[in-house]
Amino acid sequence: MFAYVIRRILATIPVMAIVALFVFSLLYIAPGDPAAVIAGDQATPDDVERIRASLGLDRPYLVRFGAWVFDIIRGDLGVSIFTNLPVSLMIKQRIEPTLSLMLVTLILAISIAVPMGVVAAWKVGTWIDRAVMGFAVLGFSVPVFVVGYLLAYVFALQLDWLPVQGYTSISQGFGPWIENLILPAIALGSVYIALIARITRATMLEVLQQDYIRTARAKGAGQRSILFLHALKNAAVPIVTVIGIGIALLIGGAVVTESVFAIPGLGRLTVDAILRRDYPVIQGVILLFSFVYVLVNLGIDLLYTLFDPRIRY
Amino acid sequence: MALLEVENLQTHFRAADGINRAVDGLNFHVNARETVAIVGESGCGKSVTAMSILRLIPEPPGKIAGAIRFDGRDLLTLSDREMRAIRGNEISMIFQEPMTSLNPVLTVGKQIGETLRLHQGMSSNQAEARAVEMLKLVGIPEPERRVREYPHQLSGGMRQRVMIAIALACNPKLLIADEPTTALDVTIQAQILDLMRDLKNTVGAAIVIITHDLGVVAEVAERVIVMYAGRKVEEAAVEKLFRNPRHPYTQGLLGSMPKLGSSLSGEETRLQEIPGLVPSLKRKIDGCVFASRCSYATDLCRTISPALEEKAEGHIAACHYAIKEAVAA
Repeated sequence: MFAYVIRRILATIPVMAIVALFVFSLLYIAPGDPAAVIAGDQATPDDVERIRASLGLDRPYLVRFGAWVFDIIRGDLGVSIFTNLPVSLMIKQRIEPTLSLMLVTLILAISIAVPMGVVAAWKVGTWIDRAVMGFAVLGFSVPVFVVGYLLAYVFALQLDWLPVQGYTSISQGFGPWIENLILPAIALGSVYIALIARITRATMLEVLQQDYIRTARAKGAGQRSILFLHALKNAAVPIVTVIGIGIALLIGGAVVTESVFAIPGLGRLTVDAILRRDYPVIQGVILLFSFVYVLVNLGIDLLYTLFDPRIRY
Repeated sequence: MALLEVENLQTHFRAADGINRAVDGLNFHVNARETVAIVGESGCGKSVTAMSILRLIPEPPGKIAGAIRFDGRDLLTLSDREMRAIRGNEISMIFQEPMTSLNPVLTVGKQIGETLRLHQGMSSNQAEARAVEMLKLVGIPEPERRVREYPHQLSGGMRQRVMIAIALACNPKLLIADEPTTALDVTIQAQILDLMRDLKNTVGAAIVIITHDLGVVAEVAERVIVMYAGRKVEEAAVEKLFRNPRHPYTQGLLGSMPKLGSSLSGEETRLQEIPGLVPSLKRKIDGCVFASRCSYATDLCRTISPALEEKAEGHIAACHYAIKEAVAA
């Protein structure tokens, strides 16, 4: 087990290296010259050239890639072209809202979607099942920003139950913090809920056909114990796998959700950086997101052993 | 009064193209501490009968009618909650597939302990201690270690022992064993049968054993019920049935059983087969259900269904032509 964990952690190195190469190459693939953007409309070609040199943009590709990777390993993600602040500092300032949003969404989505899928599988073919599946199709097909604006309109503007937008740090209390996150989490979570509910239903349907479920019934086990103990634990592996893969959905959705609800998080930082062609920031954020994604899925692989004793590493 | 009385049991399944009468008017009883075998080929309704007794048939598409009286109570009229209190407690069941009938993600101890916690209100610790005892009782070595293991760490024979331990943990009055040895090696089969017989005496349970293996029947059963196409066609004490089968179907079943060493003694080694197939259970059959495959069948058989009659003392068969002996009144 321990050796496996070490091996898996080592295996993330080439993955991250490839991601790094892509992220770095962005600068060359993307149209537009950052030096020209920073210099502004009034700049002479000499000004642009000077800025390019000061950014190190005139050195050869591989040399710059090497220097960049070396800096990252030391924890230095470079300096923003636009604000002149270290990228790592900018990320640190913006990470709390995004992590909060993703965490709340994750908890909300799992605690809604899994029971939904379980009940749909149990009541397969009934109106409950059809309602869950209908909701899942809706969740998939309505874009995050539409759900977001709709929720904000109904629950914030019309009913005045929750704040329209903004973010309050958890350091100022749990109440204000969660109040600001409920609507964004529902908006961001709708796709995720749909995805998890569907996979839960499909896996549960298969598990409920198994002989050991019949055995559990023959033992006199109650319906809840059959669904949540006997069946769900057997269905857990595909479900947590999808939860892990779905983290990518959350990352993408966070960018949009943060814009809709004016949350000063990494998503907003990313959008702003893209608009300003602030490449060090874009690179830093993408690297961070990739790293989180790889790490979460590594964690999920290790979680398998918790649910299924037949899986041994 | 018998422990279990099944009266006019009809288990039907609604299918797209009609109603499948898997069990159609079955009557039988099981006395306390008795071992009754239900035999017949695949699709004769024997497993459905077993599942019907515990009401494990999904409804719909299934539908169970008739009466199943257990200890004087009609199981078909009980609420789901009352039925759950009986399952695994007063009536328990062993299934054919030990490889897939145990939950792969729960420890053996937890699976044995579950019935104890459910029906006897034991704490987890008590249940685990009792699980160890049960494992010892069913002859699993190192029960303290095995109780923490998962099914995939056990062999097929050991898993069936665990199934027996689960079934007997609450000292049930009736044990239903649905093909308990079919999936096992022959040597293991004998061990499991011996174990069931021993434990039956220890626990004092009656057994309904469902099998297509007449060897198993001869080994364990006291009384035999032969089923064909969802109906009982013959019933007798085991010696009577083997010595003097009355129904042509039973005769066919016995004839299709290989005899050990028959080729050495120069006998004809070709086994008899029963020609044809089990008729579709979706059509209503007017005459004898076995007529289409019976070499003795006449027009009478094809038009009028033979009643179950006592052909000799304690020997019932449903055949117009079965020889009827004088039954002492």
